[in-house]
Amino acid sequence: MSKRVTKQALTGWLLVLPAVTVLAAFTHFPIVRTMVESLYSKGNPVRPSHFIGLDNYANFAADPVFWKVLGNNAIFALGTVPVSMALALVMALWVQSRSGKAVLRLAYFLPTMLPMIAAANIWLFFYTPDIGLLDQLLGTFGLPGRNWLGDPATVMPCLMAMTIWKEAGFFMIFYLAALQGMSPELREAALLEGCGRFTYFRRVLFPLLMPTSLFVLVNAVLNAFKLVDHLFILTKGGPSNASNLLLYYIYEHAFAFYDLPAAAALTVVLLLGLAILAISQFVFLDKRVHYR
Amino acid sequence: MFGRFTRAAATAATILGLAGTAAQAKDIELTMYYPVSVGGPLTKVVDGMVADFQKDNPGIKVNAIYAGNYDDTRVKALAALKGGQPVQLSVLFSIDAYELMEQDAVIPFDDVAQSAEDKEWLKSFYPGLMANGVINGKTWGIPFQRSTIVMYYNKDAFREVGLNPDQPPATWKDMVTAAKKLTKQDGSRWGLAIPSTGYPYWMFGALAKQNGELLMSADGTKTFFNKPNVVEALQFWRDLSAKDKVMSEGTVEWGTLRQSFLEGKAAMIWHSTGNLTAIRKDAKFDFGVAMLPGNREPGSPTGGGNFYLFKKSTPEERAASLKLIKFMTAPERAAQWSIATGYMGVSPESYETDALKAYIKDFPQAAVARDQLKVATAELATYQSGRVRKLLDDAIQATLTGSKTAKAALDDAQEQADRLLKPYR
Repeated sequence: MSKRVTKQALTGWLLVLPAVTVLAAFTHFPIVRTMVESLYSKGNPVRPSHFIGLDNYANFAADPVFWKVLGNNAIFALGTVPVSMALALVMALWVQSRSGKAVLRLAYFLPTMLPMIAAANIWLFFYTPDIGLLDQLLGTFGLPGRNWLGDPATVMPCLMAMTIWKEAGFFMIFYLAALQGMSPELREAALLEGCGRFTYFRRVLFPLLMPTSLFVLVNAVLNAFKLVDHLFILTKGGPSNASNLLLYYIYEHAFAFYDLPAAAALTVVLLLGLAILAISQFVFLDKRVHYR
Repeated sequence: MFGRFTRAAATAATILGLAGTAAQAKDIELTMYYPVSVGGPLTKVVDGMVADFQKDNPGIKVNAIYAGNYDDTRVKALAALKGGQPVQLSVLFSIDAYELMEQDAVIPFDDVAQSAEDKEWLKSFYPGLMANGVINGKTWGIPFQRSTIVMYYNKDAFREVGLNPDQPPATWKDMVTAAKKLTKQDGSRWGLAIPSTGYPYWMFGALAKQNGELLMSADGTKTFFNKPNVVEALQFWRDLSAKDKVMSEGTVEWGTLRQSFLEGKAAMIWHSTGNLTAIRKDAKFDFGVAMLPGNREPGSPTGGGNFYLFKKSTPEERAASLKLIKFMTAPERAAQWSIATGYMGVSPESYETDALKAYIKDFPQAAVARDQLKVATAELATYQSGRVRKLLDDAIQATLTGSKTAKAALDDAQEQADRLLKPYR
C-alpha cells in the first residue's frame, strides 16, 4: 500500500517536473535573485558592490519621484481599466449580433494587433501641437491648439486615451467569446417572460458575464502596470516625470543609470504590489462573481 | 554538483571558443552597433560605407547593426557584452565615456594606436570634437557623427514680416525681438522653438554657455547647475513662452519639431546640424542656417556620437577595428558623411576635400556648424551621467511647464547631483 503511494507520488512528481523546472528557472529563481540583489549597493570597478540591507528601499521611500511615479501608475490604472472594460463590453454586445460583423470585429480588434511602438508613433502625430490631427481638428472649429504631451495637466489623459483605444479591442474578444457561449434559451425565456432588453442585460447577461469580467479585470490591472512601450515614443516619462510609470522608472534605473540593485528593489515593490492586487481580486471578488 | 556543471559548461565554451579562433584565423569578424538620432535614411549611408570598407579589406567582416537612438544603442551594446555576444567597437554617445569607463567596457585608443602615424591620426581631429572623448589625458572616443546646435530659420517668414533674411539675430535680445514679429497672434505660427524633450540638457548647455557658464567641470566630478548665470539662462528659456509669448507653453517635442518647422509652424528652431540635409530636401521655402545667438558670449555644446573600442576583444580584432574607424573617419568619408547628413566633417582636412568644398560653395549653410566649432564647448558629461542628466532634464522641464521656479528647480538638481558626485571627487 505505502509502496504504491510512493510510486504514485513519484509518477506525479515526474509528470510536473518539466513545468516545475521551467517555472523555477525562468520565474522563481530570477525573483529570488532580484530580491537578493536589491539588498546590495551599485558596484563599479573601483568600489565593488556590498551588502546594504534595506537601504535601496529606504532611498526610494525618501525619493519624491518614486511616489510621483507610483501615484501616476494608480491614476493610469484607475483611468484606463474601468473605461476600457466598459467599452469592451459595449463593443462585444454591438458586434455579436450584427450583419457585416466580421469587418466590424476586425475594425475593433485592429488597434490590438498593431505593435505598441507603431501605435505610439501614430498617436505622437495625433498629439503633436499645431500640426497634429487633434489640433487640426480643433482648428477647423476655430478652437486653439494645445501642447498635449508637453503639459503636465494633459499628458496623462493623452496616454490613457491611447491605452484605452489599444486595450478595449483586446478585452472585447474575451467578452465576445463569453457571449457566444451563452445559451440562446436564456434570452428566449427572458423575452417570453416579458422583460425588456435592458433588464435582460442587467439581470441575466451581466451576472453571467461576471467570471469573464473578473478575468478581464485582473488582466487589465496587470496590463496597466506592465505597459511601458508607449512611453519610449511619446514622452519618456516627461515633462519632468509627469507621465513616468513604475516600469519605465525601473528601466531608467537599470539601463540609463546602470543601478541594477535599485532597479531590483523597484521590481520587488512592483511584484509585491501586483501580487497583493491579484490575490485580493481573486479572494474578495471570486466569491461574488458566480451566479447562483 | 553546481561546480561540476559550471566546469562542464566552461570546457564546452573553451572548445567552442577555440573553434571560433580557428575560424578567425581566416576571417576577422567585427560587430559594431550604431545609432541614428535624427531624420533621414542614414542607416543606408553607414551600411554603404561599411560595404566599401569590406571591399577594400577582404578578410574583415563587419556586422554593422543599427540600434535606435543613443540610449537604445548603449543599452543594446552593453547588454550584448553582458550576454557574452562579441562587440568589438560601437558608435555611442560622446558623453557616455565616463559610464563606459566605469563599467570597464572600453579601452583608450592610445592602447591600440601606437605607431607614429597612428598618433598623428589621433591629433587630426578638431580639438572641440575631442573635448568629450579625452579624459585624464587618454583618448576614449573618436568623433564620427558629430554635431552642434544651429538655428534654422524660415527666410520667407522673415521677409513676410519685414526682417532681413540675410541677417539672422545674433543676440538673445535680437532673437526675442525677431521672434515677437514672427509670432502670429492666432497661434498659427510661433516665432521660436527650442526643443525640450529628448535632450533638454543639451539645449540648455547652449543657453548656459551663451550666458557665460559651463555646466560641469572638465573632470566630470562637479556640476554648476545653480550658479546665478545658469539660473538666469533657464529663466530666459522659460520667459520665451511665459513672458515674451514667442514659444509654445510647456515642453517642445524634439522628434516632431523638424516637421513643425517644415510646415511653417515655427519660424526659427534650434536643432542638431544632423538635420540639415533632411531639412534641405523637404523644405518648400527658402531657409537659412545660423550660429546660435549669444548673450554674454556666443556658444553651443558639441553633440553626437563617437567611436569606442571595447575591451572584450583580441589584439587582431582591435587592430581591425582601428582600421575600420580610420576608414570611416578619413577625410573623404567624413566629407561624404557630412554631405549626406549635415553632421560635421570631423577633421579640418575633410573640409579641404574637393567634394565638401564644392558642396559648401553651392550650399554655404553647410559651413555654419564648422564655423561655430570655434565657440563650441563640451556636452554635459559627468560620472553617473545618466542620473545627473535626468536631474537636469527634470529641472528644465519642471521650469518650462511652470511647476517650479528656475531657481528652486536648479537648486534641487544641484544638491542631488552633489550627493551623487561626491564619491568621485
